[in-house]
Amino acid sequence: MWEQIRSNQVRSVILLGLIAGILLAVGYFIGLIFFESAIGGLVIALVVWAIMSLVAYFQGDSILLSMAGARKVGPSDAPRLYNVVEEMKIASGLEKMPDVYVIDDPALNAFATGRDPTKASVAITTGLLQKLNRDELQGVIGHEISHIKNRDVLLMAITSVMLGTIVILAWYASRVLIFGGMAGGNRRSSSSSSGGGGAQVIILIVGLVLMILAPIMAQFIYYAISRKREYLADASSALYTRYPEGLASALEKIGASTHQLKKANQATAPMYIANPLNKEGRKLSDLTSTHPPISERIKILRAMAGGVSFTDYNSAYSQVHGRGGVLSKATIGAVGAVGMRQASPSAPGEMALSEKAARSREVSDMMLKMDKYRIVDCPCGVKWKVPPGYKEDNIYCTRCGRTIQL
Amino acid sequence: MAWWIWIIIAVAAILVLWIIGAYNGLIGLRNIVKNAWAQIDVQLKRRYDLIPNLVETVKGYAKHEREVFENVTKARNMAQQASSAGAGERGKLEGELGMALGRLLAVAEAYPELKANQNFLALQEELTSTENKISFSRQFYNDSVLNLNNKIQMFPSNVIANMFNFKLGEFFEVTVEAERQAPKVSFS
Repeated sequence: MWEQIRSNQVRSVILLGLIAGILLAVGYFIGLIFFESAIGGLVIALVVWAIMSLVAYFQGDSILLSMAGARKVGPSDAPRLYNVVEEMKIASGLEKMPDVYVIDDPALNAFATGRDPTKASVAITTGLLQKLNRDELQGVIGHEISHIKNRDVLLMAITSVMLGTIVILAWYASRVLIFGGMAGGNRRSSSSSSGGGGAQVIILIVGLVLMILAPIMAQFIYYAISRKREYLADASSALYTRYPEGLASALEKIGASTHQLKKANQATAPMYIANPLNKEGRKLSDLTSTHPPISERIKILRAMAGGVSFTDYNSAYSQVHGRGGVLSKATIGAVGAVGMRQASPSAPGEMALSEKAARSREVSDMMLKMDKYRIVDCPCGVKWKVPPGYKEDNIYCTRCGRTIQL
Repeated sequence: MAWWIWIIIAVAAILVLWIIGAYNGLIGLRNIVKNAWAQIDVQLKRRYDLIPNLVETVKGYAKHEREVFENVTKARNMAQQASSAGAGERGKLEGELGMALGRLLAVAEAYPELKANQNFLALQEELTSTENKISFSRQFYNDSVLNLNNKIQMFPSNVIANMFNFKLGEFFEVTVEAERQAPKVSFS
């Protein structure tokens, strides 16, 4: 499984190379136009890129998690969530258990972060945690774990840093060119020979066009990489859980939700399970979105009749699209035919009322624990939630009349 | 030196590098299989540990189901004793334990008071998750064995595998047909 992940990176790395090429071209023309030598511009481009990369590499995940307002939870705070993450960690063969975070937000979303598989985190909103049954939660967590396992987090970080560098450089260079270009251009053409002046003008024009087009092209490539990784993560999730319907129905719930995630932005978008910025339903989002349309992802997952291997995902993709597959040959080759399992009998369709109540109780208990409430079990079955300011050393159970020591 | 000597040296160097790479790849795969097997063990042990607790809790509410308790305890002890056996034998015993557990939980269904017990609910979550973890670690183990066996049998890595006497991995099969059909535990 390890080799095919590496070889599937090939396509993404080619796209990454394209972005790097654009970055170098931008640097090259900046050098030609402002310093009369390409080297100066290239050095500037590389220095800006290196600084941004270092920050992203060492601080990236903590910046991400704190920007999203995520809080760490342990196995006793959210037993079901923690267990499901551990289940998916085992299914994917990840070496180390990722940290589990919860975001207080009614919006339905989840994301993964961490520069390598040994230092990774998974975060999920309380809204999503409350809405999903076990199978669906497994599908979502499987998707996130596969982002970690396939090293998508690192890839997307590198890509977005390059994109950021291109945008910054092109923005400044084009402003200088447009507003200061006239004077500089005149001075330069008068100082050079007649043949050189023509070349200068051509460089100037090409440079200007590049400064305008570069950020747009880089953005498109960025989106293309991101969408590719989303498909791969969906396929891996189906493979880990052996149950694509879980992720499909989770995506259905996510797509139907109208809540917008409060703390999301361009940089963090590709790591979420569904695009936190765009609203679903727009067909335009095809080229300018970090995620494939939810409806399409659901259709592919549901078309995976009979098997859950990458081959099945690929043929489901071409069935939905009427054209070739989305995963590379090397990815498909390694894992052969794999059967699907049945739903957990705890009903993927309608959730029983008692289960719903238990779920929302679990979430509210967790929130209370985070606010330093103490939860005390009475032998009669009642759970007492004791606020942090409570001074007495015992409480009286109003149900059975016992006095419980704290 | 003549030019062809250099070519021979280059070819030999490439060959040696390839042998090293293939050998290390096989060792890596074999270690992953070993590690995956250890993972199954961890989860199976966790299940052994949970069972006495679960039996005690259910006993408090369902006193008359003695036979079910005895079956679970017996299956657990047998499975625990066979913990050093090969994958085939263990798979069979663990499958039987899974079935006995399924019956115990089906019995629990009939006692609404039991289902409202906090302790039972927590145990139930742990057991559901442990069952899942067992099947996921088994799944990962089998995937790893498949990878290793492919490498051992396919050309050209099979040459290296034969040279250093790598053995095929054994799949962890569930031999009890009923367990394969209904591996999950229902609570709701």
